[in-house]
Amino acid sequence: MKIDKKTTLKIAKLSRIKIEDEEVDELSAQLSSIVDWVEKLNEVNTDNVEPLSNVSMAKLPLRKDVEDLNDKSEEVLSNAPDKLENYYAVPKVVE
Amino acid sequence: MDFISIKETADKLKNKKISITELSNIFIDRINKNANLNAYIYFDEDNINHQISSLFHQESLLNGIPLAIKDLFCTKNMPTTAASKILKNFKPTYESFVTQKLLNEGSIFLGKTNCDEFAMGSANTTSYFGNVVNPLSTKKIPLVPGGSSGGSAAAVAAGLCLGATGTDTGGSIRQPASFCGIVGIKPTYGLCSRWGIVAFASSLDQAGIFTNCVDDAAILMESIAGYDNKDSTSANIEIPNYYKSINNDLSGKTVGIPFEYNISGIPEEISIIWEEAIKTLEKGGVKIKKISLPHTKYALPTYYIIAPAEASSNLARYDGVKYGFRSEKNESLDEMYEMTRKEGFGKEVKRRILIGTYVLSAGYYDAYYLKAQKVRKLIANDFINSFQECDFILTPTTPSAAFPIGEKEDDPIKMYLNDIFTVPASLAGIPGISIPYGKSKEGLPLGIQILSKHFDEQTLFNVASYLERNNE
Repeated sequence: MKIDKKTTLKIAKLSRIKIEDEEVDELSAQLSSIVDWVEKLNEVNTDNVEPLSNVSMAKLPLRKDVEDLNDKSEEVLSNAPDKLENYYAVPKVVE
Repeated sequence: MDFISIKETADKLKNKKISITELSNIFIDRINKNANLNAYIYFDEDNINHQISSLFHQESLLNGIPLAIKDLFCTKNMPTTAASKILKNFKPTYESFVTQKLLNEGSIFLGKTNCDEFAMGSANTTSYFGNVVNPLSTKKIPLVPGGSSGGSAAAVAAGLCLGATGTDTGGSIRQPASFCGIVGIKPTYGLCSRWGIVAFASSLDQAGIFTNCVDDAAILMESIAGYDNKDSTSANIEIPNYYKSINNDLSGKTVGIPFEYNISGIPEEISIIWEEAIKTLEKGGVKIKKISLPHTKYALPTYYIIAPAEASSNLARYDGVKYGFRSEKNESLDEMYEMTRKEGFGKEVKRRILIGTYVLSAGYYDAYYLKAQKVRKLIANDFINSFQECDFILTPTTPSAAFPIGEKEDDPIKMYLNDIFTVPASLAGIPGISIPYGKSKEGLPLGIQILSKHFDEQTLFNVASYLERNNE
């Protein structure tokens, strides 16, 4: 199996998704079968092929670097699950 | 059924055969009577009436036209959930570019349509708000509407709106359009701004349209296309008048028929409608050219590296801090992140985030992600080369008709195979349209897909319109 339990737990940690012990086996099997399947690409010779990361024809536009003085903090914070004055609030990080 | 076409309804509004309020009431009534389809996540009569009372008359075909919006588009006056628990209570503070354009023309939004969670799915079974039922289902066997834009497709097919927006990352407009027997177009990557669309895989995501006929699709497409400086991949080009320019005379054009789309194991009925569509084109003076898109069989594996990789990065923003759901288990910052994302995301979304994280992680990036980007280049080149020999390409849209809800849920790869004919065009960024063409043995609609060159949506409308008129 390409993705063993240890690997699943590692990528879950990197993804910041809590995985319960009883889920690990099934998930490792599913992820492994997906990875096995996508490895079909190894058959393709890609020597001297440029990677395609953007199919857009648009040229990256430039804009003037100007200050926007409109205070949008109320809007920005309007969906926050928890806030304190003008800040997002999170669980205590420093003891 | 009356009132299923935008063009006809616009004429009736103009000639005062019906008022905007009366028209909306027809749709409100239909939506209420078809609540079992679960096509809408958000539907509020007061919101609709408020829009009508504050509407400024616009000199547009869309003035007063009732539309539905996939719940992936941010809308200022309606919540936006992406069909996920993690955005259950999200109220955008701004309007997406595409929906703003529709509002500017005076259209009325009936509500937000159901879809797969974060547009990840092909059966509309991953939504936090429950699956959507295909309106063509029999009472005994409920069928999927396709996905991810299943709610939009079902709403249009059942007459619960006159048109709907969708998004298509690997087939999420064309596949449900095919399953529900309607028209669905995914334009060229960059034709419509992605500003305000909840991001899934940014190099593939594109807005598009569902309607009951080709003319209506051209009308709506013209309305939502256009340059936006807030999306750096938005193309700054002149948008043609697609609807007025529709030309059914295809004589002298060449259609490409890709050999590789003859895959083994697809039902004969699919090959039959494909053959019939080819013959119909031939009768219209179209030259038939057999072409080869040799890397077709690698499109799905390429997609299932690139799309999850981009998704894992895009969905990192859902951390329970800035907006959306936060778990009550949040003693520490890490616990808050991990529990918020565990409880907030559904199974398929989590699977894709994990796969994406894996293929981007140290030591695997070159082997998976970079490799997939190189194969993507070869797939795109296949199309560029083919368009030297033909003006457009004709393929089936899906490898089957709509299937029963619950099927293909045991194995993620089985579900992924639904998009076998739609994903290649997404990877190449070219436009595609699906129109209903023929029926399966069970009497379910089948779709035919037309693909054209970058920004040649007009050819899609011309060919689709011709096939629609000559569909026996």
